Amino acid sequence: MQVTMTVNGNEVSEEIEPRHLLVHFIRDQLGLTGTHWGCDTSNCGTCVVLIDGEPTKSCTTLAAMTGGHEVTTVEGLEVDNVLDPVQEGFMQCHGLQCGFCTPGMMLTARALLDSNPNPSEDVIREAISGQICRCTGYSTIVRSIQWAAEHESAVSIGSPA
Amino acid sequence: MQVPAPFEYERATSVEQAIALRERLGEEARFIAGGHSLLPMMKLRLANPEYLIDINDCTELFYITEDADQIRIGAMTRHRELLDSALLAQHFPIFRDAEKVIADPVVRNRGTLGGSLCQADPSEDLSAVCATLDASCVIKSTTGERVVSMHDFHVGPYETAVGDAEMLTEIRIPLKPNGSSAYEKVERRAGDWAVVSAGAAVWMDGATIAEGRVGLAAVGANTTSIGPVSEILRGATPSEELYQQAGEAAAANCSPQTDQRGTAEYKTHLAMELTKRALRRSVTRANGQEA
Repeated sequence: MQVTMTVNGNEVSEEIEPRHLLVHFIRDQLGLTGTHWGCDTSNCGTCVVLIDGEPTKSCTTLAAMTGGHEVTTVEGLEVDNVLDPVQEGFMQCHGLQCGFCTPGMMLTARALLDSNPNPSEDVIREAISGQICRCTGYSTIVRSIQWAAEHESAVSIGSPA
Repeated sequence: MQVPAPFEYERATSVEQAIALRERLGEEARFIAGGHSLLPMMKLRLANPEYLIDINDCTELFYITEDADQIRIGAMTRHRELLDSALLAQHFPIFRDAEKVIADPVVRNRGTLGGSLCQADPSEDLSAVCATLDASCVIKSTTGERVVSMHDFHVGPYETAVGDAEMLTEIRIPLKPNGSSAYEKVERRAGDWAVVSAGAAVWMDGATIAEGRVGLAAVGANTTSIGPVSEILRGATPSEELYQQAGEAAAANCSPQTDQRGTAEYKTHLAMELTKRALRRSVTRANGQEA
């Protein structure tokens, strides 16, 4: 079947098998390997992408179901060589060690700040609670998101919110 | 790599179209809502539909509204909306209690009320919530609609009253005066399936309980509503002794199995203890005190 969707602002149209999962469509068919493929069971959250601005586990979503919708992957956070404040925050506050969970963490953070520009630490921890950092670097991830909230520019970028 | 076996994909944009597709494609077709129960089952080959009918574009099924004497919830209403709904929090705080501990925020962005009920997993929380609130389910077909109680909706584990050419479209919860509710869950780790959960709802008449209901999850089939507990609570005055009596009745009317989440003995104990806690909290809330 043919599926057409918007990925990071660009329309893509591809021939797929209906059983093709969104994570594999993004990685293998579009070549956007920033979206990581982890547990395959919707537990770890490294495959999180934004669908119409909402964090979604792409290992448990069919590419076919995403047809007609807007997908944002980690590659869509940076615009014109300017990092999203969330990316900047992860850099400034050492929000990653091995980096495997980072794409999903950053996208969830982006969606959180779009809906709540000034979240408390508890709200941040709840928002990322569907994602696992096996380096256990949660404290620095939380600090990175707080840094982003504090340094958010007036215009939010990188998300269709 | 875990991927589902091959199937054909159809997308419905209205309930009418969804039911027509289901009728045409027959028993090998399944609706897919959020997909967070069905797709894992398909990856494991525990479900092998030949056709999936995507109902995420059926926008008429996304709502939570208040009628004169009931709250109506569209089957595609997602967990996140159930958690965030001020209307539900006002009338049925059990929803917020339960939703806070169902999976995680990202999964709650996709999973739906109708999908959860149709999955009919004995460990699933919303079935116990809806049964505790004495909800009923609206099931539509090309020839009309019927309304069944939660008791009749669940035929058994993973089995519901929804036929091959039918669709669950709405959940109705009666509004009765002076009521409140609560949900208690014990899980091994955040977002896991329950070891045991208990929901309770009470409707007061002055200082006595006019009606009370308890529903359990993860303790066997047909425990989403415990009839004998309702008998004990009817017309009774709230007290620790009453909660103990109700808890013991709940424990006596469930049939948990020993598994990796705990022994049958431990789960039976939890059924009693969580019933007591949920009832205590429901009564406190019904009396206007936050709990």
